Amino acid sequence: MSDEKNKSDQQKSGVSRRSFLKASGISLGVPLVVGHRVINVNGQEVKLYGPTKTSITLTINGAKQTVEVEPRVTLLEALRHELDITGAKRVCDRATCGACTMIVGGKAVYSCTVLAIEAQGKPITTVESLMQGEKLHPLQQAFVDNDGQQCGYCTPGFVMACKAFLDKNPSPTPEEVQKGLGGNLCRCGTYMGVRAAVLQAATMHKGGKNHG
Amino acid sequence: MAEYKWPDADKRTQIGKRIARLDGAVKVSGKAKYNSDLNRPGMLHGKVLRSPHAHAKIISIDTSAAEQMPGVKAVHIINGVGFEIRWAGENIVAVAALDEPTAEDAIRAIKVQYEKLPHLVVDHDLKIAGEWATPTNESKKGDYEKGFAEAEVIHEGVYGMPVITHCCLEPHGSVTEWEDDNLLVHLSTQAVSGIAAQMATPMEIPAGKIRVKQDHIGGGFGSKFGPDAWDVAGAKLSKKAGGKPVRIFLERDAELMVAGTRPSHYAKVKIGAKKDGTLTAWQSESWGSGGPNGSGSPPLPYVIDIPNQSRKHVSIANHVGPSRAWRAPNHPQACFVTMSALEDLAAKLNMDPLEFVLKNKALLGTRKDNYADELMLAAEKIGWKKTWHPRGDKTPGPIKRGLGLSFHTWGGGGHASDCDLVIQPDGSVEVRMGTQDLGVGTRTALAIVAADTLALPLEAIKISIGDNRFPASGGSGGSTTIGGISASTRRASLDALDKIFEKAAPTLNAQPAELEAIGGKIQVKGDASRSLTWAQACAKLGAMPITVRGKNPGPGPLTSQGVGGVQMADVAVDIETGIVKINKIVAVQDCGLIINLKLTESQVYGALIMGVCWALYEEKINDQTTGKTLNANMEFYKLAGIGDIGQLEVHMMTGKGYDERGVIGIGEPPAVSPGAVISNAVANAIGVRVPGLPLTPDRVLAALETKGGR
Repeated sequence: MSDEKNKSDQQKSGVSRRSFLKASGISLGVPLVVGHRVINVNGQEVKLYGPTKTSITLTINGAKQTVEVEPRVTLLEALRHELDITGAKRVCDRATCGACTMIVGGKAVYSCTVLAIEAQGKPITTVESLMQGEKLHPLQQAFVDNDGQQCGYCTPGFVMACKAFLDKNPSPTPEEVQKGLGGNLCRCGTYMGVRAAVLQAATMHKGGKNHG
Repeated sequence: MAEYKWPDADKRTQIGKRIARLDGAVKVSGKAKYNSDLNRPGMLHGKVLRSPHAHAKIISIDTSAAEQMPGVKAVHIINGVGFEIRWAGENIVAVAALDEPTAEDAIRAIKVQYEKLPHLVVDHDLKIAGEWATPTNESKKGDYEKGFAEAEVIHEGVYGMPVITHCCLEPHGSVTEWEDDNLLVHLSTQAVSGIAAQMATPMEIPAGKIRVKQDHIGGGFGSKFGPDAWDVAGAKLSKKAGGKPVRIFLERDAELMVAGTRPSHYAKVKIGAKKDGTLTAWQSESWGSGGPNGSGSPPLPYVIDIPNQSRKHVSIANHVGPSRAWRAPNHPQACFVTMSALEDLAAKLNMDPLEFVLKNKALLGTRKDNYADELMLAAEKIGWKKTWHPRGDKTPGPIKRGLGLSFHTWGGGGHASDCDLVIQPDGSVEVRMGTQDLGVGTRTALAIVAADTLALPLEAIKISIGDNRFPASGGSGGSTTIGGISASTRRASLDALDKIFEKAAPTLNAQPAELEAIGGKIQVKGDASRSLTWAQACAKLGAMPITVRGKNPGPGPLTSQGVGGVQMADVAVDIETGIVKINKIVAVQDCGLIINLKLTESQVYGALIMGVCWALYEEKINDQTTGKTLNANMEFYKLAGIGDIGQLEVHMMTGKGYDERGVIGIGEPPAVSPGAVISNAVANAIGVRVPGLPLTPDRVLAALETKGGR
């Protein structure tokens, strides 16, 4: 829904979320968690969630997990606060910096700008999945070897962006690394290490080692 | 009694090598828990209502609707009726609720009436500043009028750089909770040992009842030395909510509006020299703002001690979120103004700026020979002789290439630091210290110093930091951490080793003074046949561990202060679009004895990259009409990306002449020059000075249009 549309809806109805809750008679006496409803829009059945907490199922690193969140909760916050999966970080909170990067349905996404309910039914891969037992993924090892991190707050997102990048382009040139990873920002200034790490990981891949 | 000095170069097994950070694996795997990652049992989520006005008085606050909301557990008024707000984003009311969305709803339900007052949020023009501008510094040296009379060439210029923010990726904040009448604070902080004392007064409890913990911090850069008003509010909300943990971490807009800035700096400069390049006089009238407390007074002229000087500084106290220490406070500003003026004068003299600086080498202070060495080395690495040209690239086409140079200094002597080194009878070793690792590699440095001293592998040393129950160590500011923590750890390790020597000596039929630690063994010096393994030697302790306290004694063989560095930049400027691209930056830097070469180089790379950010992109844009910050987000408060930094080359000066100075900090000095060096390279490329930072396309095009005039 565009902002314009949003605004006109509000103007028309003059109803805020709170007053809607009140008017709907939803109070403490009613269970706070409900499922979705199905409504018909232009002949198609559409699931309608909210505005109260709703139960959703996410497939995270291969495991199905159920959480109860309001529809406005992002994928990032559902993982961080409801499931204590905190590798991905909230930094810009509007799809600029990449600290929240996860791989959803095979694509790197800014999870701060994906609603948790939208991520249902798609495989969600986070940085927590990369290690095999105590062994770092070759890409993670390359970050350590090349010091591609300082404070480390951008690092989990950067690692996932690099993972998605290398999955698509296993043998990038240095120029491709600089273009392909422009969606992640670091404040400490670790880009030299990240560049070297991606190229090292790519080389290891070429050498026949498991890329994960 | 041990002699407290660093081992000779040929005896160092870990010190000075390239060693990967010990916490690399936990960070890269997402296992590292930052305080903003904590989900404590029963944790409530706090939010802060902030002022929309830059200058106003609070007339009334109505929190009743918020308090009655289901899920809201506590409301705390931070600044009440009658309070004078002095910047947009100032804290007013904090709430704690079961979840974040509810806390946001509660904030929106609070009604505050303000009486708006006149505000000032811009700072580029002293005339606009009016009564909010105050002269803070006026000084003279020599006779500047005589100096200018002697000058054969005089340059006058105006230079400026705006307010920027720290933009820590982990925002400021904390999780606070009560255990009976004890307060536990998980704060994102640069000063683990210093927080309890600062929090005791507002909380009205003894500092001894406040525990502070932090395993990792997501950036500080000078902005995280104290508990903030929202942290105190969090603790008060927690109290009201029966001690439940309350999490308050700033939203990105608040982070950019209220959690620290670097003051702006503008200066009118007049500088004179003889035709042969001998500098004779400096005059500057500078001003800057850093929020309600005004700006500091950057040390002009910077590093180069021009014989005759007159300088005045005016501080503007305006209605912008307050400044905080920002990586090398006052130095980037002074450096940008001074190096720009020097380069402009060199251009007017038709001199190569490298020759010009070397001509005035005598003015570069006690480390002038180091600067000269560093200048020559940087020149070689950037290809100065081959690529530098007089101002204005005359090659055809819109892309103009240029070179620039800059140099800088910083103190960086070690702060107060206590270290407990614990050795168990089974040989295990632990370093305990109330310090913090800002990502610079503090943990790794501690392990290197202890391991090298005790002749053990790095993995043998357990590092315990980030808790104010450990021995106190200073805040990480002023590049003072590495000097402090390495000195105290070296002393603790040497003293501990003496104790082990005492215990081992009888078994080895030797005097303690005849023993040495080498390769995991305690042996009679030079005689490997008379040795005990480390574990065998420690077993002589009996049942009880020993704890040895080491202190940083202050300046001496272990740590001193004063470093220098030189940077040179090679840039390409498109004179049709105004876009500046970094081809290469070379940094040559000294910092005494280096503990870990790999992470020291990382500090310099990081400083260069942060420098590219503020040289080319960063500016906190404040709107005088509304008093608001227009770009309190990361789309429009821009940082450099991985493709924006060109090629970077770092060279650390080490060995004889450097190592003897002991360990000195490195975080700040290389962050001083980037704005100056990039601006100088741009001037060399396009033939005119772009007088202001950041070097955005509009500023570059405007400078070309006006031939460098304002």
